[in-house]
Amino acid sequence: MQLTNRSKQVADTKMTWLERIYLPGIFKGMMITLSHAFKKKPTIQYPEQKRAIAPLYRGQHVLKRDDNGAERCTACGLCAVACPAEAITMIAAEREKGQEKLYREEKYASMYEINMLRCIFCGLCEEACPKEAIFLTDRIVPSTTKRKDFIYGKDKLVEKMDQRIDVSVRQTNNLAEFKKNQSFAHNKL
Amino acid sequence: MMSQYLFYFLTFVAIFCALLVVFSKNPIYSALFLIVTFFATAGHYFLLNAQFLAAVHVIVYAGAIMVLFIYVIMMLNLNREVEPHKSTAIKIAATVCGCILGLVLVAALRETEMSAISEYSNPGIGLIERLGNVLFGAYMVPFEISTVLFLSAMVGAVFLSKKSIH
Amino acid sequence: MLSPEIIYKIILILAVFTVTLVVAMWSTYAERKVAAVLQDRLGPNRAGPWGFFQPVADGLKMFTKEEFIPGTADKQLFILGPCLAMLTALMTGVVIPWGGDLTFGGHSYKLQITDINIGILYLLGVVSVGVYGIMIGGWSSNNKYSLIGALRASSQMISYEIAMGLALISLVMMTGTLSLGEIVHQQDAGWANIVYQPLGFLIFIICAFAETNRAPFDLPETESELIGGYHTEYSSMKLGFFLFAEYINMFISSAIIASLYFGGYNFPFQHSLGLEGNALSLVQTFVFFCKVFFFIFFYMWVRWTIPRFRYDQLMNLGWKTLIPLAILNLFITGIVIGFRNGFFQ
Repeated sequence: MQLTNRSKQVADTKMTWLERIYLPGIFKGMMITLSHAFKKKPTIQYPEQKRAIAPLYRGQHVLKRDDNGAERCTACGLCAVACPAEAITMIAAEREKGQEKLYREEKYASMYEINMLRCIFCGLCEEACPKEAIFLTDRIVPSTTKRKDFIYGKDKLVEKMDQRIDVSVRQTNNLAEFKKNQSFAHNKL
Repeated sequence: MMSQYLFYFLTFVAIFCALLVVFSKNPIYSALFLIVTFFATAGHYFLLNAQFLAAVHVIVYAGAIMVLFIYVIMMLNLNREVEPHKSTAIKIAATVCGCILGLVLVAALRETEMSAISEYSNPGIGLIERLGNVLFGAYMVPFEISTVLFLSAMVGAVFLSKKSIH
Repeated sequence: MLSPEIIYKIILILAVFTVTLVVAMWSTYAERKVAAVLQDRLGPNRAGPWGFFQPVADGLKMFTKEEFIPGTADKQLFILGPCLAMLTALMTGVVIPWGGDLTFGGHSYKLQITDINIGILYLLGVVSVGVYGIMIGGWSSNNKYSLIGALRASSQMISYEIAMGLALISLVMMTGTLSLGEIVHQQDAGWANIVYQPLGFLIFIICAFAETNRAPFDLPETESELIGGYHTEYSSMKLGFFLFAEYINMFISSAIIASLYFGGYNFPFQHSLGLEGNALSLVQTFVFFCKVFFFIFFYMWVRWTIPRFRYDQLMNLGWKTLIPLAILNLFITGIVIGFRNGFFQ
């Protein structure tokens, strides 16, 4: 069966004299390596140049706030359940009086951690979230030298008010409609 | 004047290292001191205007033969702990043999005349052209016979290293 | 006491020493760059423009690393090994003619430290002693990989020295002299020696690869089977000395190949350019270095093209192919010289 045109038939025949002195073969090989010296290099020099990423790239997570600046997350735990790598941990707390500006729902996550070393960036947490609170963004998780630096708490995950993160690519109307589908168990009243 | 100081220096190095060859406990050290001795001897050849001889001495003795010596010593893994203990009889016999050899050497050297110093000052005496003319002229037959000797030694080595055919 | 001649020699020795070290230093950079370019990569490009100061950074790294001597190693010999490697590598540079004559104040000075009448034998002698650095270093490390590397180095060196010497003898027969200055000077009038000795050149360059322990003959330091070979246990600048000695050897052997077979500092039509005296000498030196750099590139080019030999293949090539070929070359050279001198009439 021939898969490509590049495959070469190998025969166990006796080598000819020219083949046995190897010099023509060596010369041919050296010409091949030399020709590579004049080829365009495919290297992308990372910090200066960046490779174009897919529009739906799944990178570092963000916990969204709503338009008024209140956290959307209600600490339901669906993301932690959905997570195949068990990277998400959270502690729920009840909203006090006067905190309506901070948290949208009556329950909120007082602690929310994602272990970026466990996370496989599959995006199932985003899919599971009924409150449109967690999204994966196109940001790359930076490397550090300590393991504990990879456990991202709310300080790193919740978006800052002055640096809102655009997730319009992922939070489309179609998706929002699809999530309201009554046939899903969690949407049944 | 300069060459005289060099002579004394080289002589000192040669004799000192030759003694260390004998007195070193570790065979690798012995071999290395032997190499230094060879270099000092090559230096003496240079002082005698025998450049070719000096270069060949370094190439053959220091560069080839001693490399093989060290090669073998490295393979044998000799060290102080596994050195076999010699019996007293062997030690006495060795001492007697050494003394007799020394006696013969001293007797032979006593009879030799010191050749005239003026021969040293001829700068062309050790040149390769001279040597070639002498080897392929006056000493043609001994030279060729020695090459036959080498050839037979090579054939013998190949024969010994070949597995015997039954 | 200090005549101008001696002062000139001292300056020349220092200059050759410096040039050798600088070229060897930047050869490490060139090696990485050539390797990268031949493999569709970019190579070092962070230290300075195009990574030009990479060797400086590498050297600083080498110097600041921990100096480690294994507890079971033989300490004196462990230190002696890299010193010997470096010493013998630097010793060969003195007989190479780096250019024509320079004239200062009515005196003519050769751009060659010493033109001894046994130049080629001196080269062979230093090369044959050069293996001691590796052997002593490998043995004193007290490590089986180092020892195997040292053994391989010594047997490889001895095997290829013979073919190299025989190839050189045909050259010596043809030129009738052992002095490198004279051999280079003869190529000014006629053709370069490569025209008369193509087979000898081929044998010589293959042996030069083996003698400098360069790929495809880098069996003493095969990473995949012997970790690092003879320098497995070495660290810091002692390792640097071993690696550096290899690059110096490469530079010097490129210079020897250029001098013996490619006309040294001579170049075609050099006397019809209208250049005279010092100007011509400087141009000649420049041309010589161009040739040397080409051969350094050639060394690297071969290294990044041809896979490493197996050990038995290496020995077979040396003993069963190159030595008979060298003897054949010697024989043919002898017959041709005999015909030219009218020996057979």
